[in-house]
Amino acid sequence: MSFPWARQYQPTTEFGKFMDSRLPLPRFVYGALGAGYPTPKNLNYFYNFGVLAGVALVIQIITGVVLGMHYAADTRVAFDSVEHIMRDVNGGWMLRYMHAVGASFFFGVVYVHIFRGLYYGSYKPPREVLWMLGLVIFLLMMATAFMGYVLVWGQMSFWGAAVITGLFSALPIVGEAIQTWLLGGFSPDNATLNRFFSLHYLLPFVIFGVIILHVWALHIPGSNNPTGVDVKGPQDTVPFHPYYTAKDFFGLGVYLTIFAAVVFFIPNSLGEPDNYIPANPLSTPAHIVPEWYFWPFYAILRAFTVDFFFIPAKLMGVLAMFAAILLLFFLPWLDTSPVRSNAYRPLNRALFWVFLVVCLVLGVAGGKPAEEPWVRLSQIFTAYYFAHFLIITPLVSRFEKTLPLPSSISEAVLAKYGNGPSSSPGTGVGGAAPQPAE
Amino acid sequence: MVRLGALAVGLFFCIAVLWGAVQPRDAVPVDPVKEAHQYPEKITWSHNGPGNLGILGTFDRGQLQRGFQVYKEVCSACHGISLVAFRDLSALGYNEAEIKAIAAEYEVPSIDENGEPSTRKATAADKFPPRYANEVAARAAQNGANPPDLSLMTKARPDGTNYVRSLLLGYRDEVPASLKASAPEGLWYNPWFHSVFIAMPPPIAADGQVTYTDGSPQTKDQYAEDVAAFLTWTAEPKLEARKETGVAAVLFLLVMTGFGFLSYRRVWADIKGKKAKA
Repeated sequence: MSFPWARQYQPTTEFGKFMDSRLPLPRFVYGALGAGYPTPKNLNYFYNFGVLAGVALVIQIITGVVLGMHYAADTRVAFDSVEHIMRDVNGGWMLRYMHAVGASFFFGVVYVHIFRGLYYGSYKPPREVLWMLGLVIFLLMMATAFMGYVLVWGQMSFWGAAVITGLFSALPIVGEAIQTWLLGGFSPDNATLNRFFSLHYLLPFVIFGVIILHVWALHIPGSNNPTGVDVKGPQDTVPFHPYYTAKDFFGLGVYLTIFAAVVFFIPNSLGEPDNYIPANPLSTPAHIVPEWYFWPFYAILRAFTVDFFFIPAKLMGVLAMFAAILLLFFLPWLDTSPVRSNAYRPLNRALFWVFLVVCLVLGVAGGKPAEEPWVRLSQIFTAYYFAHFLIITPLVSRFEKTLPLPSSISEAVLAKYGNGPSSSPGTGVGGAAPQPAE
Repeated sequence: MVRLGALAVGLFFCIAVLWGAVQPRDAVPVDPVKEAHQYPEKITWSHNGPGNLGILGTFDRGQLQRGFQVYKEVCSACHGISLVAFRDLSALGYNEAEIKAIAAEYEVPSIDENGEPSTRKATAADKFPPRYANEVAARAAQNGANPPDLSLMTKARPDGTNYVRSLLLGYRDEVPASLKASAPEGLWYNPWFHSVFIAMPPPIAADGQVTYTDGSPQTKDQYAEDVAAFLTWTAEPKLEARKETGVAAVLFLLVMTGFGFLSYRRVWADIKGKKAKA
């Protein structure tokens, strides 16, 4: 795979040679994550987040499998079985808090990973399929997280399930039937809880499978890098191991330290207190809100308050919420600029930061009750969200004047750090473009 | 083609959502309940540790025992703590004999030697029995209200520990003029409750209501604080183990990360060094 100068696996032991001609698993790992994978040498810390997301998934699967040994998916006992885990299972409180906080952290690192891809143009050719597989993982994560949250069978679990499946009822003609089919009844009940448990156990392994495809698709062109310039030769790369294994291990340490601090010191800070109240179909909570990682999309859903011609407001909201994610699949063809990295696209870079702020504001608005000024704020920022991808990006990529690109990664790195002949003083920090030496 | 399609879809969503944004809003009348509602008063708790940050800290065993006494003599008249087992009380500093004696004060469902439904004295292995057999029984006995189980109360409300204390001390006689007309019959005014009118009569009515044996002040303030601490323990019985483990885990990870950083620097030294010389 990837580059011709990639080191080849050489079995050194008799056993290694035996395996290599029968099941070359060591060769596979060597080429995927070992010294046999040449990686651009200028990757910054934002490139740690892919590995972090993988680790976050593994933490979720390990803690989740053990939690599943003690959990009971029956509406009469589900809530109490979670408390049984918290009180009577050895280390159960730790597993459950790691799993609940872990979901938040998983989304956190994936959001950084996605925005890193947006900033450095990692969705551009030849990485379109890689980008789209990432979006598939993101969609699967959302479904998995939502169903996992329902398993607790607290107030927010129940009413969240009612609201989210209720979205489908907005579809004309078939909507009600789809909602009934999803729930296995007319409201969330035992059938719902059982199927959600089954799917919540299944989907992480589907995610794992898509991650394998994602990494495979990554290894064909190799990693993008902060300059967005293609790798030109061996001088631009270092072997993944030991260089990026060492860097990822350090990044992982920082991540796990923050994760542990939240799990052990403030484990409930990211959750809703209402979910410590057992589900009660007869009592609707005052404010039904999803977990924080869904807030931007929840804000988009609720931003549509008036019917648009013959389309009811509710249906508009549902369409917009799904469109907000699905449009990302088209991004490689909407942003046609030949320059990948925003380091050399001053206008697009400014718009990237505007877009990031828009997403954060949508996030805050989505967590608030549907009152002014939050509703109007969501509406304006929702409009910008769609305009950013569907109108502004295509125009900018067509008319923007980009900065000259460095002729290679090595040259850009030298310009940034080096004191050699091709370096130019005063460049390189804080996203400023290294000037190419001609 | 893709761009034209995108433009059309983009305009569709933008116009639809902005059409909503430009609609005039109905004037929202000031909600007198929101005006009157109060957020919990923050006080210092031993289980919140240094700086009251909530990061470190251990329970005050004496306070938990006093809080349990207040629960038993006052709250348990209407509220259960059915997620707590009698054996858990060892965390409050009670010994086996004391726990046995406490459990024996409660009756739990059982079957007798003929297989007929019956009750027996609870043992250390049992959980506190719910106060009422079911919600209908509770509402029938409580004038239509359903006293919630208190096991998780401090985690089921924002800033729960302070909330419980503030609520218990929050009964006020003078209802604001704006709420007088809407004051429901038979409810008490308490601005710390979410709807400011609560069905629970003031449970802690006077100083000296519960007799402490450890010399602590027998005041309404002290009762409210002690029972709030006790309910923090019922909601999070593993709080101390959690924080202890956390300190060890974070220290270990900091050291590991430090070594990780050093090895990262060492591994990259040749690359970064060469670069500077090139």
